[in-house]
Amino acid sequence: MSTNGNGNGRETNLTPPPGVKLPIYMDNHATTPLDPRVLEAMMPYLTTEFGNAASRNHQFGWVAEEGVERARDQVAKLIGATAKEIIFTSGATESDNLAIKGVAEMYREKGNHIITAVTEHKAVLDTCKRLEKYGFRVTYLPVQKDGLIDLEDLKRAIDDKTILVTIMAANNEIGVLQPIREIGKICRERGVLFHTDAVQAVGKIPVDVNKDNIDIASISGHKIYGPKGVGALYVRRKNPRVQLAAQIDGGGHERGMRSGTLNVPGIVGLGAACEIAMKDMPEETKKLQGLRDRLKDKIMNNLDEVYINGSWEHRLPHNLNISFAYVEGESLLMGINDIAVSSGSACTSATLEPSYVLKALGTGDDLAHSSIRFGIGRFNTEAEVDYVGDRVVETVKRLRELSPLYEMAKEGIDLKSVVWSAE
Amino acid sequence: MAYSDKVLDHYTNPRNVGSLDKNSTDVGTGLVGAPECGDVMKLQIKVNPETQVIEEAKFKTFGCGSAIASSSLATEWVKGRTVEEALAIKNTDIVKELSLPPVKIHCSVLAEDAIRAAIGDWKKKNGAAKPAETPVEAKAGD
Repeated sequence: MSTNGNGNGRETNLTPPPGVKLPIYMDNHATTPLDPRVLEAMMPYLTTEFGNAASRNHQFGWVAEEGVERARDQVAKLIGATAKEIIFTSGATESDNLAIKGVAEMYREKGNHIITAVTEHKAVLDTCKRLEKYGFRVTYLPVQKDGLIDLEDLKRAIDDKTILVTIMAANNEIGVLQPIREIGKICRERGVLFHTDAVQAVGKIPVDVNKDNIDIASISGHKIYGPKGVGALYVRRKNPRVQLAAQIDGGGHERGMRSGTLNVPGIVGLGAACEIAMKDMPEETKKLQGLRDRLKDKIMNNLDEVYINGSWEHRLPHNLNISFAYVEGESLLMGINDIAVSSGSACTSATLEPSYVLKALGTGDDLAHSSIRFGIGRFNTEAEVDYVGDRVVETVKRLRELSPLYEMAKEGIDLKSVVWSAE
Repeated sequence: MAYSDKVLDHYTNPRNVGSLDKNSTDVGTGLVGAPECGDVMKLQIKVNPETQVIEEAKFKTFGCGSAIASSSLATEWVKGRTVEEALAIKNTDIVKELSLPPVKIHCSVLAEDAIRAAIGDWKKKNGAAKPAETPVEAKAGD
């Protein structure tokens, strides 16, 4: 996705309400700011408590290890796991790689078939593609118009060579929630391991590895107001016991599954972020959903021909992904450049291909080019949401005045019937 | 990505936005690009039948900031030129003027195509021997 917020120029008649500081950050699926409470928890480990958690024979090492083990507990609690089931990594991309490659290598004799979905994050898709080069067979399940996979497709795809199903809990672009509990149930019945990239879901909606029948789950620090460069992988210890082949060899850290000196301050930060998320979730969900709906209403009540991408019902509370017909996404970002959001438009990518997630929903390329993703976060306010809504409406109206497509549509021309020169 | 000041200027204050009567004999209309590729430009010119000078130019563009800037600049440049002089405008001139990065060169190509298409349409209406020779190729997003 292309992102905004470069601070270039500014063209609007609107002034931000008092207390609203520009630019406004509303791209919380990309990353989140560090919560000050998280920073506070980390500070000692960035300064005086610098020990190596693997140093067994002095105070410095013990203090570091204590910090790490507390964090392991905090992460485990948030997802209903036990501390021993948490492996710390450098982030969710590493977690996804370790989960998928680790299972593939460990269960190679049992089978060589992996099932995933077309709307997964690249960390999953590209990992699967690499495994295909090594002789694995991968099924990429399609999604329905609302972005959800069809459970019947999944059932049909599982065969006696299937060793892993990897389906994300919540999509990073459209915020759509897959039915992971049902997916996990099917996997369990068929004796197949279930990994979920839960990066966008954990800390935002309740995820429980037991109720949701999850065997392996990827978690990221910086998506939940923790630091960048740290993540975790939940690996089930019983019913069934999951074994992973390590992908990084070395000193045998993390029960041999992930060698490398532990990122103690990062891990402590991830732990603190998880604890805060757990404590604040009920209230925070309500607040974010309220702000998200307020933004949606403001936009939809003031503009025609705007379309929500993906299921509205099965969606993260803080996600809004909308296409503004007849307006190209990047030019819209440019017009609202005091607001940091993302677009599924292709315009800044070298491939000139719009979002593969939106294409997978059957959204036409034209509407995919016109999409904007809003990710509302813990620190956004109602005043910010109102300003963002007004700016979007103002800019879409201006760009539609500039759009030959809008003009043609208003003249009653069916754009689908036009023979375009560049097809 | 950071935009050049000239792109920002054209995006913020686009020149010659609007439409001319496409049924008028003096008006040539070029419509190039495709919504699926994320760029559509409509460029119109009004030509003085005596002098062949382009007296008016208007555009509307669906596309990124660079596409809007390229077409806005194109209308500025064709105005006051004769039809033949306007045909000499090259996409590379637009790239240079707007400092477009490589990933945005297709925007300038589309603007050149729009000029040629508008002139071609005008020539066809006015019984020229043949329309503008350059076929509009699929450059916008392939």
